[in-house]
Amino acid sequence: MVTFTINGKEVQGQKDWTILDVARWEGIPIPTLCHHPAVEPYGACRLCVVEVDEGRRTRIVISCMYPVKEGIKVRTDTPRVQNVRRWIMQLLLDESPASSYLKELAKSFDVKPSRFQKAGVSFACHLCGLCVRACQEVVGIQALTFSNRGLKKEIASPLQMGSKDCISCGNCLYVCPSLGMEQLYARMRA
Amino acid sequence: MQITTLTDLEAVKARGLAQLYPEKPKILVGMATCGMAAGAQRVLETLQKRAQQLHWDGAVEKTGCIGFCYEEPLVDLIIPGQPRLTYARVDQEFAAEMMTAVAAGTVPEENFLARLDVDDMILDGGPRRFYEGALSGFVAQAPRYEDLDFFKLQRHLAMRNCGFIDPDNLEHYIARGGYFALHRALTSMTPEEVIEAVTVGGLRGRGGGGFPTGVKWASCRKAKGWPKYVLCNADEGDPGAYMDRSLIEGDPHAILEGMLIGAYAIGSTEGYIYVRAEYPLAVKTLQRAILTAREAGLLGQNIFGAGFSFDIKLNLGGGAFVCGESTALMASIEGRPGEPRAKYVRSVEKGLWNLPSNLNNVETWANVPLIIAKGADWYREIGTEGSKGTKIFSLVGQVKNVGLVEVPMGVTIKDMVNLIGGGVPEAREFKAIQIGGPSGGCIPRELWDLPIDFDSLWDAGAMMGSGGMIVMDNSTCMVDVAKFFLDFLIDESCGKCIPCRLGLKRMRDILEEFSSGKGSLADLEELQSLSEAVQDGALCGLGSSGPNPVLTTLRYFRDEYEAHILGRRCPAGVCKDLITYAINQELCNGCMACVRECPQGAITGEKKQPHQLDATLCIKCGACFEVCKFGAVEVS
Ligand SMILES: Cc1cc2nc3c(=O)[nH]c(=O)nc-3n(C[C@H](O)[C@H](O)[C@H](O)COP(=O)(O)O)c2cc1C
Ligand code: FES
Repeated sequence: MVTFTINGKEVQGQKDWTILDVARWEGIPIPTLCHHPAVEPYGACRLCVVEVDEGRRTRIVISCMYPVKEGIKVRTDTPRVQNVRRWIMQLLLDESPASSYLKELAKSFDVKPSRFQKAGVSFACHLCGLCVRACQEVVGIQALTFSNRGLKKEIASPLQMGSKDCISCGNCLYVCPSLGMEQLYARMRA
Repeated sequence: MQITTLTDLEAVKARGLAQLYPEKPKILVGMATCGMAAGAQRVLETLQKRAQQLHWDGAVEKTGCIGFCYEEPLVDLIIPGQPRLTYARVDQEFAAEMMTAVAAGTVPEENFLARLDVDDMILDGGPRRFYEGALSGFVAQAPRYEDLDFFKLQRHLAMRNCGFIDPDNLEHYIARGGYFALHRALTSMTPEEVIEAVTVGGLRGRGGGGFPTGVKWASCRKAKGWPKYVLCNADEGDPGAYMDRSLIEGDPHAILEGMLIGAYAIGSTEGYIYVRAEYPLAVKTLQRAILTAREAGLLGQNIFGAGFSFDIKLNLGGGAFVCGESTALMASIEGRPGEPRAKYVRSVEKGLWNLPSNLNNVETWANVPLIIAKGADWYREIGTEGSKGTKIFSLVGQVKNVGLVEVPMGVTIKDMVNLIGGGVPEAREFKAIQIGGPSGGCIPRELWDLPIDFDSLWDAGAMMGSGGMIVMDNSTCMVDVAKFFLDFLIDESCGKCIPCRLGLKRMRDILEEFSSGKGSLADLEELQSLSEAVQDGALCGLGSSGPNPVLTTLRYFRDEYEAHILGRRCPAGVCKDLITYAINQELCNGCMACVRECPQGAITGEKKQPHQLDATLCIKCGACFEVCKFGAVEVS
C-alpha cells in the first residue's frame, strides 16, 4: 500500500493505482471528461488536473494517469488547478456549443459562453476519443480512428471510407457523453 | 576492410591523412544542402570538367558546411605548403577561372573569403599548420579566418570535421581522430567511467531541454529491461533551424561514434536514428555512413574485439514538428501515430516498446567522442558555470551575416548580433532576438548583455531550444511576431489535448483582436491567465511552452501591446488595420513607380506630378512603400 495525502487527508492506494482511482475510492470529487473505467486512461481532456507536491517541486499533473507515490501531497482545488479547469471548460463550451453534456458540466464551473463561441455548429462531438478507444480496446477492432491533427482532428472510419469491420455493437454510442456519435454513426459504416 | 585493433585504426588514419594533406593540390566544394541550394553541384561539375580539360594533377572533392551559409557556394583551395584558401559565392564562371589559375600555378584573388593557417585537429592531439615559413604575395596579405568578425568568437567542436572531410569517406573521419574515442572507451574504460566522464564534463542535451546527459544515461543503465535502446533525435522541426542537418551532412560518423559510446555506457545493443524524410541528403549520408561503418566492423558484432555489439537502424519521420517530442518520436518508430503521451513513467525506464530507452539529440551525440577523447576536465573548461561546451545556432533574420554559428556557451546576445551577425541593417535598430524556436521567447535590447546559456535564457523566459535565433529590428511588430509563432504551433499541434488544440487558438484569436484595434486592457489579463492554463495543462512540451512567445513579448514589450489596445496604433507599422499609407506631396517627384506597382489602382497621378493615394481603395499591402526610392510613401 502507498500512503499519501489528498487535500491534507491521509489516504492509501494500491501500487498501480492512479491519484484519480484513490480519489474516487475516497469520494473526493475530481471532474473528468475523457476518462472511463472501461478503457485505458488517455490524458487528453486535462480536466482532471491536480497539484502535486513531490517534495522537490510542485507541479500540475493529470490525476487519471499519475501513479500514486509514497508521501506526495495532492491538492485538488488550488488556484492553478482551477485556472486550468476553468479555461478548458470555457474553450470546450465555445468550441462545441451543441454538446448538452458540456453545457451541463459548464454550469458546475460557472462558465458561460464567451464572445468567441462558435455559431451554427450542430455537431456535438468534442473529441474525448472514448468511442475510438472503446472500439479498439473493448471490442478489439478498429472501425473507428482519429484522423487529421490539430484543429482539424476528427473521429473517422479508417481512410474515411466507411468501415467494413464495424459489427454494430453500439459500444461507441454507449460511451459517447454527447450526441456526437449518434450523428456520426451512419457515416462510419461501409 | 575490417578495423578491429588499434593498429588497424592507425593504418587507416595514415591513409586518411595522406588524402587530407595530399602532396598534390586539392579543391573542396561545400556540398551540404545549403551549398547545393546555392548551386554547388554545378560548381563541382565545372571544376571537374575544367580539371580534365587542363589535365590538372589534383583532386576535386566534396565536403560539408562550415556555417557561412550566406556566402555559399564555398570552395576551398588546398595547395601543399600553403595556407588553405576559401573562396565565397563561387559561380560556374569563376570556378572555371579558378581552375585555370590553379592549373597555371597561381591562386585567384577575387571572391576571396579568408585563409586558414592552422587546422585545429582537436581530437588528434594538436594543431597542424598548413605551411611553414613566411608567406608572400597576395596570400600573405589575405585575411585569416580569425580576422573575420563572423568567426572571431566561434569554436567548432561539434562541427569539428564539417568542411574538412568528405562525409562519405570513413578514412577522412578516422584521420582526424575519429573512432579513437570509441576504441578508448571499449578497451580501457568501464561503462561507469564513460558515464562519469560525460557527467563530470557537464554535457547537457542540445535538443532543447538541457537535461544532463550523464544523468540520463545512468538512469537508463540502471533501468530494468532488455534490450535497451539508444536513440538519436534528428527530427529537427523548428522552422529555420538546420544545425542537426548540417552535422549529419558534414560529419555523420561523429554521431554514430557518439551513439556507440553511449550504447556501451548504457548497455544497449540496438539503436535508431529518427530523421525527417524531408532531409534527403542527410538520410543518404547516414545510410552510407552506417553501411561503411558496418563493413569496417565498427557497427555490428564484437566491435574492436571488446565483446560489445551494437547496430543502428534509420527511421524516417513524416515531418511533423511534434514527432520530435520524445514520446511521440517513440510512438512513431513503433508505427503508431506520432502523438505524445504522459511522461509520468520516464522513457529511460519505459520507452520504445516499453523498454528502457535513451534519447539524445544529434548535436549531443556529436559532442560525446570529444569528451572521451579529450577528457571531462578539458571539456569543462569551455562554456559557463552551468552550461559546458559549445552550442550551434542558426542565426537568421535582420543581420548581415546569416548562417550556422558554433560558439562557447556564454557569448552575449550583443556579440552574437553585432559582431558575429554583423549588426542589423543601417538606419534600423536592434529590437529583439527570438531564441529557441517557435516555443522560445523574445529577448529585448535591454537584456542584450545576457550570456547565452541554458539557465540565463530560461530565467529570461526564453529557452535554448534547438538553437534557432531570429534577429528582429524596429520594423518588426511584437504582436505580429507572437501571432506568427502561434500560427506555426496551432498548425503543428497534434490536437490530442484541449489546452494545446483549443488554448493556443484562443490566444491567437485574442491577439487578432489587438491587431485589428478591438482589444481592451482586460483582455491582457485574460491572455495572461490563459497562457498559464496552457502551460500548466498541456500534455507535452509543444503546448506547455507554446505560450512563451506571447508571455515574453507581454513581459518585455507591454507598451507595444498597450499601443495597439489603447492607442489603436501599431508602432512598427505592421498591423494592417491600424495603419494608413499616405504620399508626402513634398517628397514625391512623380516617378510613377508606385502607380504601376499598386495592385488596387489606388494611386493615381501624372509623371513629374505628386501622386495621390485613395485610402478607400488601399489594401495596405505596402507595395508602394517598398518600391518608393524617395521615402515619399509614409506609414502612420
Ligand atoms: C514539440 C517538441 C519538439 C521537439 N523537437 C525536437 C527535435 O526536433 N530534435 C530534438 O533533438 N529534440 C526535440 N525535442 C526535445 C526532445 O523531446 C528531447 O528532449 C530531446 O531529443 C532529448 O535529447 P537531448 O537530451 O540530447 O537534448 C522536442 C520537444 C518538443 C516538446
Ligand atoms: S480525465 Fe481526461 S485527462 Fe484525465
